[in-house]
Amino acid sequence: MANISMTVNGSEVSGDAEDRTLLVEFLRNDLGLTGTHVGCDTSQCGACVVHVDGEAVKSCTMLAAQAAGSEITTIEGLAGGGDLHPVQKAFHENHGLQCGFCTPGMIMAATDMVRRHGASLDEATVRTELEGNICRCTGYHNIVKSILAAASEMGGAQQAAE
Amino acid sequence: MGAEGIGARVARKEDKRFITGKGRYTDDMVVPGMKHAMFVRSPHAHAKINGIDKSAALAMPGVIDVLDGKQLTEDQIGSLICGWMIHSKDGSPMNMGNWRPLAEDAVRYVGDAVAIVVADTKAQAREAAEAVSVDYEELPAVTDSMAALADGAPQIHPNAPGNQIYDWEIGDSGEVDAALASAAHVTELNVVNNRLIPNAMEPRAALGHYNAAEDHYTCWTTSQNPHVARLVMSAFYNVAPENKLRVIAPDVGGGFGSKIYIYPEEIVCLWASKRTNVPVKWVADRTESFLSDAHGRDHVSNIKLAFDSDNRITAMKVDTVANLGAYMSLFSSSVPTYLYATLLSGQYNIANIHANIRTAYTNTAPVDAYRGAGRPEASFLVERAMETAARELGVNPAELRRKNFITEFPHQTPVIMTYDGGDYGASLDAAMKAADYDGFAARKAQSAASGKLRGIGMACYIEACGIAPSQAVGSLGAGVGLWESAEVRVNAVGTIEVLTGSHSHGQGHETTFAQLVAERLGVGIDTVNIVHGDTDKVQMGMGTYGSRSGAVGMSAISVALDRVQAKAKKIAAHLLEADEADIVIEGGELKVAGTDKTLPWFQMALAAYTAHNLPEGMEPGLKESAFFDPSNFSFPAGCHICEVEVDPDTGVTEITQFVAADDFGTIINPMIVDGQVHGGVTQGIGQALLEGCVYDPGSGQLLTASYMDYTMPRADDLPSFTVETTKTESPSNPLGLKGCGEAGAIGSPPAVINAITDAIGNNDLAMPATPQTVWSAMKA
Repeated sequence: MANISMTVNGSEVSGDAEDRTLLVEFLRNDLGLTGTHVGCDTSQCGACVVHVDGEAVKSCTMLAAQAAGSEITTIEGLAGGGDLHPVQKAFHENHGLQCGFCTPGMIMAATDMVRRHGASLDEATVRTELEGNICRCTGYHNIVKSILAAASEMGGAQQAAE
Repeated sequence: MGAEGIGARVARKEDKRFITGKGRYTDDMVVPGMKHAMFVRSPHAHAKINGIDKSAALAMPGVIDVLDGKQLTEDQIGSLICGWMIHSKDGSPMNMGNWRPLAEDAVRYVGDAVAIVVADTKAQAREAAEAVSVDYEELPAVTDSMAALADGAPQIHPNAPGNQIYDWEIGDSGEVDAALASAAHVTELNVVNNRLIPNAMEPRAALGHYNAAEDHYTCWTTSQNPHVARLVMSAFYNVAPENKLRVIAPDVGGGFGSKIYIYPEEIVCLWASKRTNVPVKWVADRTESFLSDAHGRDHVSNIKLAFDSDNRITAMKVDTVANLGAYMSLFSSSVPTYLYATLLSGQYNIANIHANIRTAYTNTAPVDAYRGAGRPEASFLVERAMETAARELGVNPAELRRKNFITEFPHQTPVIMTYDGGDYGASLDAAMKAADYDGFAARKAQSAASGKLRGIGMACYIEACGIAPSQAVGSLGAGVGLWESAEVRVNAVGTIEVLTGSHSHGQGHETTFAQLVAERLGVGIDTVNIVHGDTDKVQMGMGTYGSRSGAVGMSAISVALDRVQAKAKKIAAHLLEADEADIVIEGGELKVAGTDKTLPWFQMALAAYTAHNLPEGMEPGLKESAFFDPSNFSFPAGCHICEVEVDPDTGVTEITQFVAADDFGTIINPMIVDGQVHGGVTQGIGQALLEGCVYDPGSGQLLTASYMDYTMPRADDLPSFTVETTKTESPSNPLGLKGCGEAGAIGSPPAVINAITDAIGNNDLAMPATPQTVWSAMKA
């Protein structure tokens, strides 16, 4: 058991965690951030993706203790106090979700993808990079569409700002 | 159609909580004092239990109790039931083996639950479960249905000799045999419909909470039909009477059939909560889901299709063996019979059909309805046979189908169903146009030039949705009625709550049901709340499966809305001093037609509740309910076309285009319908190319028990889809709806396999058509 501290969605948090406690368990059980989901236990499905120091990480593959001192963003904090992040908005507008269970992980993975590729993101890249996120409802069609729409909006905005 | 009414492409109301992480699934529920459960599961496919030693587990840190099947029996908890009685052709009832929620004397599949451990934390419960020592005496196991029915197979249930559950038939075998004997051509095919594991992304979960002070139970569970769960747990499992049991299915992360059934775990969590006097939560890990969720399909079939000299079908003969697993799950018996054999006529005019269905117990997880439930198996068999026949007869597969289409309705098939309407030629035309079918030869030549094999395949499927009417299904053996209920409450300020027995677990009911209200009452969808999934809130319901929430669930809402409208018009007529017949409801107002006299909707509602000035004798308030029982099934139908390119060196198949043209009748929200098709088609492509449940035949171990072994469709396995719709309204419900939830999974597998077999020139190809399977078929 160790006391660990980290920044989650902009707030300093700390808590006691067993050495074996996974980051996803710490987020869900200790912090009550239940938007991050557990879908497979084997780091295949991606329902648990969060951002650790700005990069997409499957929070079921990381111990809570490993995340000590890091900046964590979960689906609950993605919009950063705003209404919706552009990726969230794109999923809503393009019907990129059905049951919603894989959605937080999809959105967190997609946000990272858009950050890395910007407006140049194309369908083939999106499909390849979604390899670590499983959805059983949508057939990915509208998820791909959502991510491309977000990339186009965010990339466009980025270019306009530069 | 208004901006938010029927037919509008409205973004979903429910999205916000899901995209911001505020969805509330069963595992998100926390009750004060809640403890965590882990099930002890059988590591053997078949074994006698000679004893259970719980002492080591009970002594472990955090452990509150370890409960087993003997204690469950002491408390008179009932056995699990199958709710649809099938009689064999000799008149004998099906052989239902005893399924205890916790196995007491024997285990019959790997994953069979034996005991439950309740502890302070999940990790402690997991460790203690490993310390429970069960004295198993291993018995020989059988996992394959044909092997289970063969002489000398291990006997799984004492009351099912030879492991046969029933031997059932439909149709006239004499007429069919005569037609086969005199046919100009007979196409014969052996087909295996591969076993699948549903894999909703949210694993099953249950939280049982017994409140001793009130002698009352609450169960949060991952259910597609919480009222059915309450009914079954009360009436058959003796958990608690209905008035002492509340079942809540909150946000549910996908179902696809696998969350229809009432499983041992929710029964045991409720019972364990009373035994331990703490709330007990269990959440399956993924391997537990693979092991213990009801699986789907697993048919072995032979089909003979007889043609006359003009290539018209004269008869069909089918022989199918279906694997139902170790125990009969809730609706398992109906899937290979009334949901399968009754659809064997497909879209075709066939005078005589005979089907014989045998079902077998095996040492595998129970098998029940999975997206499509019997109709994908029928569609695959019929459409593979039609494609094969076209190749054998040397005719165009589209034209062979068209020649045999049913074109006049209603049409009585020889296998019970009366098709109420449709236009199969229209969906075939729409699909061929969208797929540029005529341009295929040029594309094939292009592929050949780059060393690839291109193929095209189609499937013209039919299915039956909205399982009904209750009286009819009752006469066929169903243990429940298959209506739906709704209640429309207009609040005093005019906002509206709709309570429905349908359950949404991805289908978007909170939006589409509100669109129906918007259409009828002229109010915005933001003023309408859809309430579902809680037996304390909704009067009764049969739940969501069989693509029934539109055709049956929304129809119940529609009838309740008729009643609301009628009363609202009476109130408005009274207040506006007009004739009731002249009142129209639109744009949030009640108007007197042809005048400028109007009454805002909210004022009418307020008047209903102040009751200061209502028509003579009228009761205050504005709330109406309805139970709707359709007059027939609905019959969605369509044509799917798949085009593939196969690499002859590796056997890798790429789907270059997939077109679905479906007739779903009235469409409430095309965006949501398209999404249902995308998801269904993907599950069908998964079955055709990727997914296959594999048990080791000797040990009965599940070899595909994680996402590293069971191939789920991923984004890079798939193309974007082309979705077209055609429309003939269903005459069997007031809205003309047919249902769209399962069609994708029904039409797509035969289209894909027809395309690959076209590409490689070998008609004998098993699913899943992995690169190795395709490569082997090419070399055969």
